[in-house]
Amino acid sequence: MKNQIEIEITVPNQTRYLSLIGKIGENMAHELGCFQGNRETLGQHLNVVLTEALVNAIKHANAADPDKEVHIRISVSDKDLLIRVYDNGQGFDFNLVSRATCPDPLNEQGRGIYIIRSLMDSVEYKKSNGGNVLEMKKRLG
Amino acid sequence: MNLKTEAHAGVMVIFVREERLDAHNSDELKVEMNRLFESGTKDLLLDLKDVRFVDSSGLGVLVSGFKNASTRQGSIKLCGLQTQVKSMFELTRLHRVFDIFQTVDEALESY
Repeated sequence: MKNQIEIEITVPNQTRYLSLIGKIGENMAHELGCFQGNRETLGQHLNVVLTEALVNAIKHANAADPDKEVHIRISVSDKDLLIRVYDNGQGFDFNLVSRATCPDPLNEQGRGIYIIRSLMDSVEYKKSNGGNVLEMKKRLG
Repeated sequence: MNLKTEAHAGVMVIFVREERLDAHNSDELKVEMNRLFESGTKDLLLDLKDVRFVDSSGLGVLVSGFKNASTRQGSIKLCGLQTQVKSMFELTRLHRVFDIFQTVDEALESY
């Protein structure tokens, strides 16, 4: 039986769409036939990482320009779930914020990538078609 | 953002009546907390029982409030954290920073 799912979404570069995208991720977790773990927890984690990735794209990579767009692609196979968030801005310095350790709790900013790294199995940020893509993978098997 | 503020014996209680506290709406909470501090409030209690989702921006606003309260020799306490919200506090170690209570009444008794 085929279990592959591919979802592509494009939203304006505005934070008002965070809830919509986060909930799509959360709902997806409940539809994954191949996943044996806790779907409630997976759904919450997908909501969080999609929200954080979108905020990075909107505020940092696309410099909060409301006329730009953010493109999201979610691919599910039997083995893993891959989320790609594309921006078409100048990007952000992933290495500056890619610390594996927890940021100082009294910092007001700089937790987003740490949270994504903590909840996903692998995270990469690279150039793609004149913009950038944040790739986040979660093993399902 | 749907916020309700009530005074209880010197403590200002902000009821955050939103499902999400995120990059879209958390600045409004920051503005409200700043307004209360500017008008002389020292002790703030945030009831988050309706909040089932918080992101790094929402957490950042709470930290900002914590620091603002500290510089004024005041305090900011939290109550009503749902499981998912609590797990975000634990992931970012903010549960060690804030005084967190189950209910508003329990938090008010701590002053």
